[in-house]
Amino acid sequence: MTKSELIQRLAERNPHLYLRDIEKIVDTVFEEISTALVNDDRIELRGFGAFSVKHRDARTGRNPRTGETVYVEAKRLPFFKTGKALRDRLNGEEG
Amino acid sequence: MANRTITRADLAEAVYEEVGLSRNESADLVEAVLNEISDALIREENVKISSFGSFSVRQKGERIGRNPKTGVEVPILPRKVLVFRASHVLKDRINQGA
Repeated sequence: MTKSELIQRLAERNPHLYLRDIEKIVDTVFEEISTALVNDDRIELRGFGAFSVKHRDARTGRNPRTGETVYVEAKRLPFFKTGKALRDRLNGEEG
Repeated sequence: MANRTITRADLAEAVYEEVGLSRNESADLVEAVLNEISDALIREENVKISSFGSFSVRQKGERIGRNPKTGVEVPILPRKVLVFRASHVLKDRINQGA
């Protein structure tokens, strides 16, 4: 399912709303989550999952092919942990 | 610095301010977005949100685990896990904020 398919499905279930409002809703949800991650905030959506940012220190890495040492800068990585209800539903248990 | 925790209520508030539906309906629609994504994943569809990331379901095989406290070996049954991969756009935004 892509974002536009998600928007379509929501539109079918909410015929009283304008398509452009549904697009705005979907964009707002992902934009809020993205902005929160940029601000290093955590997003906790019970039953669905939680987004957070993990910090990785700078390190000296190695190019596995050439064995050459390379400096890897410190970075931040977005991370998602699946919520319990969704994890259970994926495995066929009603969460 | 971990700052604050954003919840459904914050997402609903943003939708309320952005779209101009009632607060109740904004909250319902945030929930509907999460439900549509969950339902697609349960059907084992991948969910791809451009400039954000993709969610996919991966099948894990059975393996032998160990209770770290007691050392007792226990089989970990085959199961499905959800994997999120952030898009490059999102990764870059997060690192520019650094």
